[in-house]
Amino acid sequence: MELEPIDRALLDGDHGAAAARAMAMLVRYGEAGGAPRFVSIESAHIDGCLYHGPSSIDFARRFADLGGRVRVPTTLNVAAVDVVHPGWHCGPPELIDAQRELTDLHERLGCVATLTCAPYQRMVRPRPGEHVAWAESNAIVFVNSVLGARTDRYGDFTDLCAALTGRVPLAGLHRDENRRPRCMVAVPGLEAAGLPRDLYFAAVGYVIGQRAPGQVPLVRGVPVDATEDELKALGAAGASSGSLALFHAEGVTPEAQWAAEQAARAPLAEIAIQAADLHDAVSRLCPVVEGEAVAAVCLGTPHYSLDEFRILNAVLDGRGPAEGVALYVSTSREIAAAVEHDPAFAPLRRFDARIVVDTCTYLAPVVRNTQGAILTTSAKYAHYGPGNLQRRVGLMTLERCIRSAALGRVAPPC
Amino acid sequence: MLIAARALTPGRAAGPLLLLSEPLSLWGGLDLRTGAIIDRTHPQCGEGIAERIVAMRSARGSSSSSSALVEAARAGVAPAALILGLHDPILTIGALVAADLYGIEIPLIVVDERAWPALVDGVALSIETKGNQAWITVDPV
Repeated sequence: MELEPIDRALLDGDHGAAAARAMAMLVRYGEAGGAPRFVSIESAHIDGCLYHGPSSIDFARRFADLGGRVRVPTTLNVAAVDVVHPGWHCGPPELIDAQRELTDLHERLGCVATLTCAPYQRMVRPRPGEHVAWAESNAIVFVNSVLGARTDRYGDFTDLCAALTGRVPLAGLHRDENRRPRCMVAVPGLEAAGLPRDLYFAAVGYVIGQRAPGQVPLVRGVPVDATEDELKALGAAGASSGSLALFHAEGVTPEAQWAAEQAARAPLAEIAIQAADLHDAVSRLCPVVEGEAVAAVCLGTPHYSLDEFRILNAVLDGRGPAEGVALYVSTSREIAAAVEHDPAFAPLRRFDARIVVDTCTYLAPVVRNTQGAILTTSAKYAHYGPGNLQRRVGLMTLERCIRSAALGRVAPPC
Repeated sequence: MLIAARALTPGRAAGPLLLLSEPLSLWGGLDLRTGAIIDRTHPQCGEGIAERIVAMRSARGSSSSSSALVEAARAGVAPAALILGLHDPILTIGALVAADLYGIEIPLIVVDERAWPALVDGVALSIETKGNQAWITVDPV
């Protein structure tokens, strides 16, 4: 790789031993990927702060012991447990201590313990065209597609090396040529799909990921009034089913016009998604049957926004949960605090909603009732939940989730 | 038979090949204490990858697979080498970190499409690397 003076200075230890070590790793990583040179980043988002085992701690401690400090604003993705509510934790107790140690080590390195998979909602908003190093699949597809910033698919370890050096190899989705669409995906509009809005975006994302795995699609037919929360759901679903890391939605996402111009130069492979494909995806992600016992409703995968809390609050409509059914909503501490101090959210408290922070209910062992299905509005949760938790999980509309929670059994679709 | 390939990470290995018929996500797909495949949807569920040379056409799944590879290395159940059909950045950083933290080298090798037919399940292989070049000897004497 061609190294600039800053890269050499980093390698030579001018910016400390930790940065030198991280840079050496990035050079080998960049060379393996065939990158010609490095580029500077404006922010980083770390997924390696989720505890997987002692090696997670060994890696962070090595840099902390060398006195490392991140060189760009750096946020942390979710952790393995909610340390704010240890009483809800029903996993091994030592996991709490291990996770706390791992989070502390990242804070020593200068990372901000945001512990959210959606820092883009309020905390960090990368600008269009800006290079960043973000890890975690939903965050990657969101910053690339919805915000138009540029990150490659970073995973554990690369993310922290990038933060400690402020540099990444110019590869993958940092490069124009790799942001060009590879296929044109036509999706039915809302009405033609015949699905409620929340299911529509979950299903569209999920089927795009299945039909165009690992590709950059130009999508035609997404409603132009799609909200950020809806695009968040679409991207997270596609990232789960098919490693979707960047999509261009005509009339919706910031690079779509450019993508269409690129597409005009050479014809793209066309993929047509039918309403029936969307309905099939929904049924596969909803194997639960009407009348089946419900243990919990899990929302907030990715982390719930304030707007989503407002919608949920309205849907609750003063009802309460059936005996033994719990409503969990995962979000950031910052949004949780805003909700907890606002009297407008009284219906949420009446429903005894448990606002889980720092983590996600498909990772952290918090769902207590071991009998009955888990219901969710998230295709991502419905995709990973059954494997992670060994539980039956059903994807459905928010309205049906809440009706089912109030009934204690899976309610009929409206 | 000698196959020239590309080394993403350095190292030496020898042993019988475990050819995966489908890609495996190491995160969620592997028991990190035993090295056994636990993904119930994988056709080779139950097979062990520890200290074997493992080949798969492409990697799959979570960006946490780098952590899974390092955690397997720490537990002494990582594969002796990994052969892929495509460059994979997630496994690359995992192998680099396993070497950096624990001194365990897991050569990660990319083999050209034309050479895949020689990679038959169970065949004896030896792997050597120099820089970004790799040589795979099939049925070494």
